[in-house]
Amino acid sequence: MTPELSPTTGDETIQNYTINFGPQHPAAHGVLRLVMELDGEIVERLDPHVGLLHRGTEKLIEYKTYAQALPYFDRLDYCSPLGMEYSYVLACEKLLNLEVPLRGQYLRVLFAELTRICNHMLNLGSHVMDVGAMTPNLWMFELREDCLNFFERASGARMHSAWFRVGGVHQDVPLKLLTDIGDWVDGRLPELFADAISLVADNRIFKQRNVDIAVVSKEDALKWGFSGPMIRAAGIPWDIRKSQPYDVYDRVEFDIPVGTKGDCYDRFMVRVAEVYQSARIIKQCLRDMPEGPVASEDRKVVPPKRAEMKTDMESLIHHFKLYTEGFHVPAGSVYVATESPKGEFGVYLVSDGTNKPYRCKIRPTAFSHLQAMDMMSRGHMLADTTAILGAMDIVFGECDR
Amino acid sequence: MAHSAPKVADNAAPAEAIRKALGADLIELIDAHGELAVHVAGKDLLGCMVALRDSCEYQQLMEIAGVDWPDRDPRFEVVYCLLSVTKNHRIRVHVATNEDQPVPSVTGIWPVAGWLEREVFDMYGVLFEGNADLRRILTDYGFQGHPQRKDFPLSGHVELRYSEEHKRVMYQPVTLTQDFRNFDFMSPWEGADYVLPEADKGEAK
Repeated sequence: MTPELSPTTGDETIQNYTINFGPQHPAAHGVLRLVMELDGEIVERLDPHVGLLHRGTEKLIEYKTYAQALPYFDRLDYCSPLGMEYSYVLACEKLLNLEVPLRGQYLRVLFAELTRICNHMLNLGSHVMDVGAMTPNLWMFELREDCLNFFERASGARMHSAWFRVGGVHQDVPLKLLTDIGDWVDGRLPELFADAISLVADNRIFKQRNVDIAVVSKEDALKWGFSGPMIRAAGIPWDIRKSQPYDVYDRVEFDIPVGTKGDCYDRFMVRVAEVYQSARIIKQCLRDMPEGPVASEDRKVVPPKRAEMKTDMESLIHHFKLYTEGFHVPAGSVYVATESPKGEFGVYLVSDGTNKPYRCKIRPTAFSHLQAMDMMSRGHMLADTTAILGAMDIVFGECDR
Repeated sequence: MAHSAPKVADNAAPAEAIRKALGADLIELIDAHGELAVHVAGKDLLGCMVALRDSCEYQQLMEIAGVDWPDRDPRFEVVYCLLSVTKNHRIRVHVATNEDQPVPSVTGIWPVAGWLEREVFDMYGVLFEGNADLRRILTDYGFQGHPQRKDFPLSGHVELRYSEEHKRVMYQPVTLTQDFRNFDFMSPWEGADYVLPEADKGEAK
């Protein structure tokens, strides 16, 4: 903040100046307005303004039945829709104490991991593009496209699948889809992904832009509520899939990649390693998945199949009741958090015993990470903020809700 | 336990530790749906949070949620979700408060609380004493009201449009072409309990 003499006139003083980054900027990853106070090119203070994509999701959910509220979750983090649905369906199931058949659990884990790969493809790709590399992004978008095709074949929608249901998943998948995912995980994914990463992982320029940028210590990571790849890059081996397993995560083997320094490069490489771990989980799911129903047979929660509805009176009544009134969830409140691709995504669900949630608080990952941006960016160059933001993996649908 | 939601460590040992650490400050400790809810008074909050962080090892504050209960007094509930990464356990800390009764800010204990408290303030109008930056966060600049309150209409009070006359976007009162409809699905004769005749008979025996 030291005023200095102007080199040209000698009598005016140049002070720190404030610039506006965004809200419409490709490196802002959506609609983020950063008010930055700069001393030359050094960031002195940074104030993120969020909320430009606030759509009142939590308020809308209070006016919808439990089944109708589900598609809102796809639209939170639109880069990993199924990861968002996961926390919500688990929260409802916890209140209902509803058992999900094994095949349903395996399918959910399989597609949650596919979502993780899909999300990391977008984030890793846009991160390398933010710091100046072009090609890996194009290649990784190819892989993301493959993932979206798999989602389409399972649910009918490329992005906003709305495929998970309270009690399981909506529909079973065809066998050919599972074999195709198996072939993809064995062949195209590791080949193309390794090629794309080999262009940047040891690249001198990429390292200069990321190593030692925004180092976060373990203590800071805990204090600032970090989760997911952000806390793992800081060196804390914390993964909800491992420590608080849900569905069949306790039946599959995978490792938790951990960073050593807590800088942007570590965050990038943790995500790279996670892609391979997700591929490992997918292979195990495909190997171990049993035959059987994909959703609970409890007809007070899960609607019957359409064929049954056409022939059976009771099924018809259940179908009608579930699609008009919906199911009732016992009164109480739970906080359920899962390991979404970006970190801990939680749902604090309060039920008053009716067919609509009384309160559904969504805990986005981006909110706490973005808040730490000021702490992480101080003293870095203006150009580093894009690397820091890219390594945070922020999506505004989720941050602003 | 039939559901497959995240499995945390058993509640018995942490509950005992919390009772010991909080002592007389603890109003109520509820163990429901497999989760521990710690109810404390607003004035004791800071001491309780420090005790929970330091002696019970809840290192992380993951979330602060507001809940509006218009029928209750005090009306609002602020819920802090804490996580222990060493003991692998989660608890919730509940504080009841009013519109004019500020809750002490926990930003000194967890800096992450800054934005979380701003959000609760924005959505419910709950004040946090000691939060240095209690601005609105998710709603628009100059927004009026607190949208998550139960008496705030779903459609809001104002809507935004581009005015050709003024050459800028501007607010105007909401116009609904059809009245807002909110159906009551609760069956008047059946109730929400779905009491089946068989269940009644079973109890009679």
